Amino acid sequence: MRRDVFQAIADPTRRAIIALIALQAMTPNAIAEHFDTTRQAVSKHLRVLTECDLVKQEYQGREIYYSLQIEKMKEIDKWLSQFRKIWEKRFNQLDTVLKTLKTHKK
Amino acid sequence: MNNLLLFEFSVNKENNTVTVTREFAASRDLVWDAWTKPELLDQWWAPRPYRNKTKKMDFRVGGYWLYAMISPENETHWCKADYQKIEDQVSYSCLDAFCDEEGNINVAFPRSQWNNRFSDNGDNTTVAITVQYNSLEDLEKVIQMGFKEGFTMGLNQLDELLQTVTTK
Repeated sequence: MRRDVFQAIADPTRRAIIALIALQAMTPNAIAEHFDTTRQAVSKHLRVLTECDLVKQEYQGREIYYSLQIEKMKEIDKWLSQFRKIWEKRFNQLDTVLKTLKTHKK
Repeated sequence: MNNLLLFEFSVNKENNTVTVTREFAASRDLVWDAWTKPELLDQWWAPRPYRNKTKKMDFRVGGYWLYAMISPENETHWCKADYQKIEDQVSYSCLDAFCDEEGNINVAFPRSQWNNRFSDNGDNTTVAITVQYNSLEDLEKVIQMGFKEGFTMGLNQLDELLQTVTTK
């Protein structure tokens, strides 16, 4: 199943994991050491992040290393900037309306 | 293109809230009217090329605003805002929703909680808006609705730009 990236980052623990592995690739054990949750819970979070392509796995010998997919994070930024654009447009329109109101008032 | 006016935009993913702060070059009573009177709201609320059309406006606690955003192809999105709290000229909050022409709420789409606060800032007015969704997923759903074409920044933006240049 293809997961929704926004659902993935809606969880605070998953966001913390993203912040951790943004700096360097890490094994699940190393990641789990940073959290009070069980190793199982961390694995589950990693699975969600992998399923929506935010995180990629790489095998080095017998160890799995998790690292961040930078491109996917950019997609989220793009979405937010679109949201911002809607507002910018609205507000520029409102500026025009207010300008007209002011001249009528005078 | 008012580069001098403050515009802040932030998304808090902890509580699914979008916060927008914007300064307007007009007195508070005018800005308040522009946000609460249908004949003025219709002039700016829908991002171009959409246009806005109010069907009913009852700006009172317990009242609502029922309006449509209409695309150039006449594709219509009906929306509604239920007013919950109003402090005249200072702030109001409402719960928005997508609905049908009669104002029956479409539960398939997320509702969001709005709070708009108006304050003096010299000759200008600052409007602080917070929009809270139940989840981040909800927030995304709203974006994908009906605004796809609204992002064509091309020609109409240029029109606006030329307009501001000529009026200065």
